Amino acid sequence: MSLPTLDFSLILPELVVLITALLVLIADLLWPRAASRGREQAPAVLALAGLILAGLLTLLAGEWSGATLQGMLVADALARYLNLVVLLAAALGLLLSWSYLPHFSTQRSEYYALYLLAVAGMLFLGKSIELITLFVSLEILSIALYVLTGFHRGQLAGGEAALKYFLLGAFSSGFLLYGAALFYAATGATRLADIAAQNAGGFYMLAGLALFLVGLGFKLAVAPFHMWAPDAYQGAPTPVTAFMSVGTKAAALVALFRVVQAAGSVPVGVWATALAFLSLLTMTLGNLAALRQSSLKRMLAYSSIAHAGYLLVGVVAGTAAGFDAVLFYLFAYAFMNIGAFAIASLLERPGFYAVQDAGIHAADGLFGRRPWLAVAMAMFMLSLAGIPPLAGFFGKLYLFAAAVESGWAWLAVAGVLNSVISAYYYLRVVVGMFMAEPSASAHLRLPLPASATLAVALTALGTLLFGLLATPWFQGISR
Amino acid sequence: MDLTTFPLLSLILWLPVLGALALFLFADARSIRVTALVVTLLDFAASLLLLPRWTPDGSMHYQEVLAWAAGLDFRYHLGVDGISLWLVLLTTLLGPIVVLFSWRNVTENVRSFFFLLLIQQAGMLGVFLSLDLILFFIFWEFTLIPMYFLIGQWGSGRRVYAATKFFLYTMAGSALMLVVILLLYFQTGSFNWLTLKEAGLDRTLQFWGFLTFALAFAIKVPMFPFHTWLPDAHVEAPTAGSVILAGVLLKMGVYGFLRFCLPLFPQATAIFLPWIAGLAIVGILYGSLTALVQKDVKSLVAYSSIAHLGFVMLGVASMNEQGLSGAVLQSVNHGLSTGALFLMVGMIYDRRHTRLLAEFGGLWRQMPVYSALFMVVVMASVGLPGLNGFVGEFTILLGAFRVNPLWAALGTLGVILAAWYLLAAVRGLLHGPLDNPANQHLADLDRREVLVLAPLVLLFFLIGLFPALFFDKITPAVELLLRDVGPVIGR
Repeated sequence: MSLPTLDFSLILPELVVLITALLVLIADLLWPRAASRGREQAPAVLALAGLILAGLLTLLAGEWSGATLQGMLVADALARYLNLVVLLAAALGLLLSWSYLPHFSTQRSEYYALYLLAVAGMLFLGKSIELITLFVSLEILSIALYVLTGFHRGQLAGGEAALKYFLLGAFSSGFLLYGAALFYAATGATRLADIAAQNAGGFYMLAGLALFLVGLGFKLAVAPFHMWAPDAYQGAPTPVTAFMSVGTKAAALVALFRVVQAAGSVPVGVWATALAFLSLLTMTLGNLAALRQSSLKRMLAYSSIAHAGYLLVGVVAGTAAGFDAVLFYLFAYAFMNIGAFAIASLLERPGFYAVQDAGIHAADGLFGRRPWLAVAMAMFMLSLAGIPPLAGFFGKLYLFAAAVESGWAWLAVAGVLNSVISAYYYLRVVVGMFMAEPSASAHLRLPLPASATLAVALTALGTLLFGLLATPWFQGISR
Repeated sequence: MDLTTFPLLSLILWLPVLGALALFLFADARSIRVTALVVTLLDFAASLLLLPRWTPDGSMHYQEVLAWAAGLDFRYHLGVDGISLWLVLLTTLLGPIVVLFSWRNVTENVRSFFFLLLIQQAGMLGVFLSLDLILFFIFWEFTLIPMYFLIGQWGSGRRVYAATKFFLYTMAGSALMLVVILLLYFQTGSFNWLTLKEAGLDRTLQFWGFLTFALAFAIKVPMFPFHTWLPDAHVEAPTAGSVILAGVLLKMGVYGFLRFCLPLFPQATAIFLPWIAGLAIVGILYGSLTALVQKDVKSLVAYSSIAHLGFVMLGVASMNEQGLSGAVLQSVNHGLSTGALFLMVGMIYDRRHTRLLAEFGGLWRQMPVYSALFMVVVMASVGLPGLNGFVGEFTILLGAFRVNPLWAALGTLGVILAAWYLLAAVRGLLHGPLDNPANQHLADLDRREVLVLAPLVLLFFLIGLFPALFFDKITPAVELLLRDVGPVIGR
């Protein structure tokens, strides 16, 4: 028996994130909590440095290719772009945590260590080409996120959210594992390439794929498996919500893409039609529910569900162009959605025992108080609604183009009509900021920490320019 | 400088954007106003440069093509022909006029206001100049944003309702257009207007393409029964916003029909033309009759827009040389005369903070300059021979008559009604005794206000007396359009 090849260079970014997670934990031992104020943020600094290093390694690695660890992980263009989008979302979310966390917790290193573990889980999930690895990666990210969701211990809603997320999440993991078992039963293989090569048909493959759709659909918050999302997104600390709403979606979508590719023996028409209806249901339900929300964060949670529906359109298309569009949209979504959550977090009043949630009217009169913040938020809202020339428009353009190209014009029609519905609730926020009387709490000072300001500035720039500037070079990534 | 290779259209298009960014260099309101005025004047001057070297052959001039996207082959592709030329000039002319008008009556958030005005202008110019369907769609949708904020922040009364309705209504109308643009692309491999109009699309696609495009454009025009957003938006918008809405934004709808619906979907056009004509006539009569009973003079002007745009669409539906040329010219005329009407209503509103006809009367004695100018503007709008409105309406009626005398007869009824409701406004404002004490100390127009109106009034006469100057450039483009589309429709 020869020794398996272990090409660690292909998973260098993931290793950097994992090692940083461990260092962050140790840092807490080296610098006890009573340490001087300057070192208070040491875990955050360390974590950010790790994320940036991992991002640089991904960027500098050039064209990745090849599998490693006995064909469990693959480094390809898809994984490379997933790395970038997850690390981007993670870094932005971390900038938000910087000033948010001290409001209710003295435990820095646990938070950042879990945060980095979730990041590592997502990165590994994007590279998984083997069922067990895929499952383990998904669990790493999920368990870290369960804990992070309930991290605000003083707050009941956070605990409830975490419990709900955990119970339903565990349930969905079961589905996914059962799906993996059925794949194995049908083909005797766990590697996706081997499963695809077997080209086995029949009930086991079909049922296995269906169970996979349920399991990953849960992580993606696809209706009807979205029930946990509004509660979890609302109850979790806002920076965590911002990060996981993008990162989890991105990783789960890549996994979904790889799995449906492997299950090539199942007729495309079957799973694509199923996904198309899930997509339609998800966007419509998310948008209709968002219309009725009175909490800004919960509205954004439902909006996030709707966006999972749009993203699925690219998977339904089933083409390389479709998945290019998904990745493009994920970048745009990282900017505009994290930006929106960033401003929601600035409008909240987190306390040690509970967060006073930002209501839908919390932003009223914001233009008078912090004009640039209001302008940024308006950009995020309009971009989420898909108004050109913002990033969200170009994302939708590519998604719907891929759908039309593959003959899913009706799904594109559903998508654009949904965008119109969504414009109503996004505009409500804009109306409040620019056209309504200031809210009751408007006389209170609105602190603007430097780190969060940086996050808002970066996301606003990204929302404005990504669609216009990235359009020329963003193609052929998943080919 | 070699004007044949110089990107003149890009200059016209992006100058307002640069100007909008330049506003952030200044802190005081005066410098901001001056910058906005200088920029809009420069933009107007730049657009005038289109005229001297114009060759009236109906083709696309000053084209610029830049590769942009990958994957989907949409490009930065600009061009201007006889149909869009005057609309571009109308847009750049109204720019400095609304800036000058807003000089003193916009005091809150001055920078934001002029920033929005400038990017609005860029967006509208983009609509008229784009020859790539995606680029067109981007500008088309983009124009919603600045107008939404202009109405919502500086409007009156129910401004939030009006702004939201405007945004959602027009967005809903154009949403489906995007899907059809994509369908066209995957059938022909191009977003390029020049390629698409030669492509010979199949009948089903033409049918659905026409329906979705026409929905977007009919809402913008607005054609009856898609007009309900207009009275709200026009009445609640600040004067500058109303002028731009009536002057240019509505013309984007007409332009859309001329540029896209007719040449791209000729077979479907043949099917739907009678419907367009019917709705146009209903719009003329409905707009006129509703204008007759308005108590608020701004609402009156708003409903008159529906009637006037009905005329323009009747010209489009005639689908012959007179009808189409008249529609293009009348679009410009309506921009000038209704723009002037909104400006004059705004001037009176600035003084009295009411627009109810019942509050006024006898202004002739108190404000002679205002009254004289108001009469000229009304006459232009009514269509008095010698002024611009007559030329446009007459040409359209001529075109309509050649297709169906009944259309022309009903249209003429609209001319009579227009005289009725506009003269009713004249009577309410200017005639009668000056018995409302609040009106007895109104100041007449100052130099700035006269300066705002002067170019418009001059153009009324210029177009009215020398229409050939304008038709010269419009007609070849219309002929080219008819050469492609006419045979399909049987005209």
